[in-house]
Amino acid sequence: MTISLLALFLALGSFGAGLLGALTGLGGGLVVVPMMTLLFHIDLRYAIGASLVSVIATSSGAAAAYVREGFTNVRVGIFLEVATTVGALTGAALAGFIPTSMLAVLFGLVLLYTAYRSLRAPEEHSTDLPSDPLAVRLRLNSTYPTAAGVRAYSVQGVKGGFALMFVAGVLSALLGIGSGIVKVMALDHTMKLPFKVSTTTSNFMIGVTAAASAGVYLHRGYIEPALAFPVMLGVLAGALLGARILAGAKTLWLRRIFTTVVVVLALEMLYKGLRGGL
Amino acid sequence: MPEKQPPGAVLRDRRDERVELVIGRLLQWGVLAAAIVVVAGGLLLLAQYGHLPANFQQFKGEDPALRSVGRIIRAALTGDSRAIVQLGLVLLIATPAARVALTLGAFVIQRDRLYILTTSIVLSLLLYGLIWGRA
Repeated sequence: MTISLLALFLALGSFGAGLLGALTGLGGGLVVVPMMTLLFHIDLRYAIGASLVSVIATSSGAAAAYVREGFTNVRVGIFLEVATTVGALTGAALAGFIPTSMLAVLFGLVLLYTAYRSLRAPEEHSTDLPSDPLAVRLRLNSTYPTAAGVRAYSVQGVKGGFALMFVAGVLSALLGIGSGIVKVMALDHTMKLPFKVSTTTSNFMIGVTAAASAGVYLHRGYIEPALAFPVMLGVLAGALLGARILAGAKTLWLRRIFTTVVVVLALEMLYKGLRGGL
Repeated sequence: MPEKQPPGAVLRDRRDERVELVIGRLLQWGVLAAAIVVVAGGLLLLAQYGHLPANFQQFKGEDPALRSVGRIIRAALTGDSRAIVQLGLVLLIATPAARVALTLGAFVIQRDRLYILTTSIVLSLLLYGLIWGRA
């Protein structure tokens, strides 16, 4: 295959990944690495480099829209970015020592977990609980717009959220993903932020997390221009289109399709990793 | 106004909202600028190397000339297509750092010491990764 043809296939595949990722809210980065390694037999390190770059593009491209809606909690984001960036640099340091077969297995497990979470409805939780005292000191409590006007919310489990964010950073660097699912889990489940605030703040943080390890990988030669450019442009175009048609889209069946794709890729990654074929 | 105030809740600052708007714009412009450079470099790359066989199954590591910000800029200025793509990617990686820098500026204006410190830590970690690249 020539470089041109590979670029075309990668651009098309990445466009689909970005589109589905945006429509389902699961993010496109998750399927880019399996696509590159399983379908095109590209080395995992090049795939991780290209994927991270595309993650930064979609996160930054979408953040503008989110921020304007007034959902993002900037203080929570910045505070937790300390954990995600330290995690990302740790992950990037570890990446050099972990065999790719083990990374493939880890990737498979993360994909399976994502599929499992995506089929469960986000749980409703009260946002009126008394605040974590640490959240008061860090001034993390805020307000967000609802149909019934501006509503205040308080933040729980600051320490637990911080620890989970470190894990999200490590996974992001090791696997070249945004780890949105772990970030939302920390914000929504542990810190009990309103769901909309969780997803937008998570997206806000993903770019910073990915940029921390992408910088390291650039120096390590993981970022190959011939691969990164079609992937970045494809995912970005797909994600922007996805965000545009999201308003009227029926996402349930899309979510099912995407989840099926994720499960198939997960099993394939696990198989390849355990057999040592990646 | 919220009807119910949980204990310890702080009302959202109007200034915070303005800062967020500017940040949103910055991110959009950063991505747009990066995408334009990447498209230009990418088309050139395909014209120059597109006919060559793709061989990325084995990790060889990128050309050392395309691994650091300073060298990438120098190579891009000579018109090397691969370096131009790489320059666009560096712009993209720098966009979140610019966002954090802008947030830092906002906290400085608000004299918010705690968040000046927090944001500085995040910014230094990002710049460390991008400029020194050791982890």
